[in-house]
Amino acid sequence: MTRRRLLGVGAGAAALGAVAGVGGAYAAQRGPAALAAGVVPDDQVVAFRGEHQAGITTPAQDRMHFVALDVTTKDPAELRDLLKAWTRAAERMTAGAEAAPGGVVGGGPYGVPEDTGEAYDLDAADLTITIGYGPSLFDDRFGLADKRPEGLRDLPAFVGDDLDPARSGGDLCIQACANDPQVAVHAVRNLVRLGFGVVSVRWSQLGFGRTSSTSRSQTTPRNLFGFKDGTNNVKSEDGAALDEHVWVQPSDVTGGASWLAGGSYLVARRIRMHIEVWDRTTLQEQEQVIGRTKGEGAPLGQKAEFDTLDLDKPGADGKPAIPVDAHVALAHESRLNGIRLLRRGYNFTDGSDGLGHLDAGLFFIAFMRDAQRQFVPMQKALAAEDTLNEYIEHTGSAVFACPPGIGPDEHWGQALFS
Amino acid sequence: MRTHTLAVALTAAVLATTVACSSGDASSTSADGTGPITVDATDTTCTVARTEAAAGTIEFTVRNTGSKVNEFYVYGEGDQIIGEVENITPGLTRTFHVEVANPGTYETACKPGMKGTGIRGDFTVTGATSSQAPDAAMTAAVADYRTFVSAQADELLVRTTEFVDLVKAGKVEEAKKAFPVARGPWERIEPVAESFGDLDPMIDGREDVVEEGMEFTGFHRLEKDLWVSGLQPDTSAIADKLLVDVKEIVAKAKAVELNPLQLANGSKALLDEVATGKITGEEDRYSHTDLYDFDENVKGSKAAIDALRPVLKARDAALLTTIDARFASLDTALDAHRTDAGFESYTALTQAEVKALAVALDAVSEPISKVSGVVAGK
Repeated sequence: MTRRRLLGVGAGAAALGAVAGVGGAYAAQRGPAALAAGVVPDDQVVAFRGEHQAGITTPAQDRMHFVALDVTTKDPAELRDLLKAWTRAAERMTAGAEAAPGGVVGGGPYGVPEDTGEAYDLDAADLTITIGYGPSLFDDRFGLADKRPEGLRDLPAFVGDDLDPARSGGDLCIQACANDPQVAVHAVRNLVRLGFGVVSVRWSQLGFGRTSSTSRSQTTPRNLFGFKDGTNNVKSEDGAALDEHVWVQPSDVTGGASWLAGGSYLVARRIRMHIEVWDRTTLQEQEQVIGRTKGEGAPLGQKAEFDTLDLDKPGADGKPAIPVDAHVALAHESRLNGIRLLRRGYNFTDGSDGLGHLDAGLFFIAFMRDAQRQFVPMQKALAAEDTLNEYIEHTGSAVFACPPGIGPDEHWGQALFS
Repeated sequence: MRTHTLAVALTAAVLATTVACSSGDASSTSADGTGPITVDATDTTCTVARTEAAAGTIEFTVRNTGSKVNEFYVYGEGDQIIGEVENITPGLTRTFHVEVANPGTYETACKPGMKGTGIRGDFTVTGATSSQAPDAAMTAAVADYRTFVSAQADELLVRTTEFVDLVKAGKVEEAKKAFPVARGPWERIEPVAESFGDLDPMIDGREDVVEEGMEFTGFHRLEKDLWVSGLQPDTSAIADKLLVDVKEIVAKAKAVELNPLQLANGSKALLDEVATGKITGEEDRYSHTDLYDFDENVKGSKAAIDALRPVLKARDAALLTTIDARFASLDTALDAHRTDAGFESYTALTQAEVKALAVALDAVSEPISKVSGVVAGK
């Protein structure tokens, strides 16, 4: 496992981040957690607090549980209190602690455990919990209409979309990523539980096998089409590029929307892949559709994965080696006026569809400075021409504004409601 | 579904905990008159200045001189948390009070990094057990609920008799109208009724839970005859048997001994019934009268909470407020489906309407799950 240290961490974060080196002191402890709790390598804890929220540029973990929620209360105070309670529980869980002190068995035999317990003996597994606010949160219910950032609007309809309302939208989202699926599911389950009566789950998605790298220390993974995904992603090491493409700048959000400075927009798209059809497609066709080789992940016409993606380089027949309607060509910044996104998606399989076909695909998640100026034009271009569209279908869609990170003693929602 | 019978442990304590945040104020005195007990917490040690105190209010002043966020706990037998103070950031001192009514051996623990079982130490509480007068409110709660159960049992017998008579007279349409009505009192006291082993499946068993060698009898068998298969040669016999079984359970329900914890668990169990049987539309799969049962289960759950109301008001008024507000929301959601005669057919509900009911149900079920802990004096 790579050493997972954090970026732009605020002063208060270090205290929670490190839980190492206390083995001796725990000598007298007992109980089922004893073995696991003694020494936790600090590379399994990602700092919760800092300049930006964890779970965006921090190294992508292997598993994800994503949930979109609707607010059911009409009382803004209840929502504020929930965001506060969520902060507390999320901070504890990302440090590998129970959702509440003594949550698993400390409540005595007649109390209902405050923590559901399935992560009791597990380490933090690099858990990150990231929160986002959907456009609908800024309607007239909670007095937030003046706080809505201009860029936080529902995405327009794209050609070929077959969106299921039951997999789209939401007032809030929580993205929990970890290297252990049980840890990610535990986090969402406990946060949802804290929210009963204030929010309700609109939809959720489990993901496995990250489909992009967010750091140069990570190898490029493959998506369910068997191709390397995320080679050309914006990486956490690209400081200037992050400011240009990922983090909302103070000048972007003036007035009531200034709370979003340092945050980022999250676009989620559930992309169903027609796996069986793809699997009956020749290797040559597959590579032409993607624009890269399947083995190496090299741009067509080149040899190695990280070779320059040259859209003009001719192939043997004199035409461009990478077809103009190949996926990588259409998504390339040179065709999109320099637009780039930080992708952080996951593969998903929701079993089978009743017709004997895998209900599987890519749960596309990307973070960006402005969804309207980045994702929208990119997806318009892809929806219109991408030859990959023959093999995929977008079935869910949502956009959220993820606030910046929080400092010591701050909680989620504080800046939004102040 | 079967409810759990839990032994009540009311003597187990009134161990309220109050946590106060201060920056090292040590002026107040603890129960033994020698001032607060200082705890020096580092990343590797947990030094408790005194490890003995008299029963009553004990004050601790916890100073975090380490580099990690810390927590401090006082544990009772079986690692039950008697008191805790969390999120003590490095450099901070926090004072808190623990109410320990009973003498005995306890444990203290610091948890650097807020993880694991902590750095433990023994702690002795001396003095006499504080005498506890019998909790009059608790006794009254049980008595109230018994009165309710008894009245519902009487009502069940009356309505079941009417229903059975209509079935035996072959009055199918009238019997159909009487079916959900007859079940009302049953659904209100279901956890109590269910505690009588074999009677429950004979009266309320669904076709899919009928085990091998067991006859499909009771309300749901008659439901099937009325709505699906038409009256059968043995329909009258089944109706007779239902009445016999109901008479037996009514007698038992009226005589049942209850304790406050059963009230708490009963109120939760009724909502669980809704969540697992009614919201799925499988309880009344032939008549689709599930919303009647839904409503009655909720009423039964409320009755148990109402009986416990004085206790809850005294011990956790905020919880009671939340429960009341969420019951009101659930009622609003149910009201949308009321008709002049009763309720809409469950099949008339859209997926979105079912979800709205489920959301309202989850919202009230969560705080109700905490009632048992409050009643037990966690």
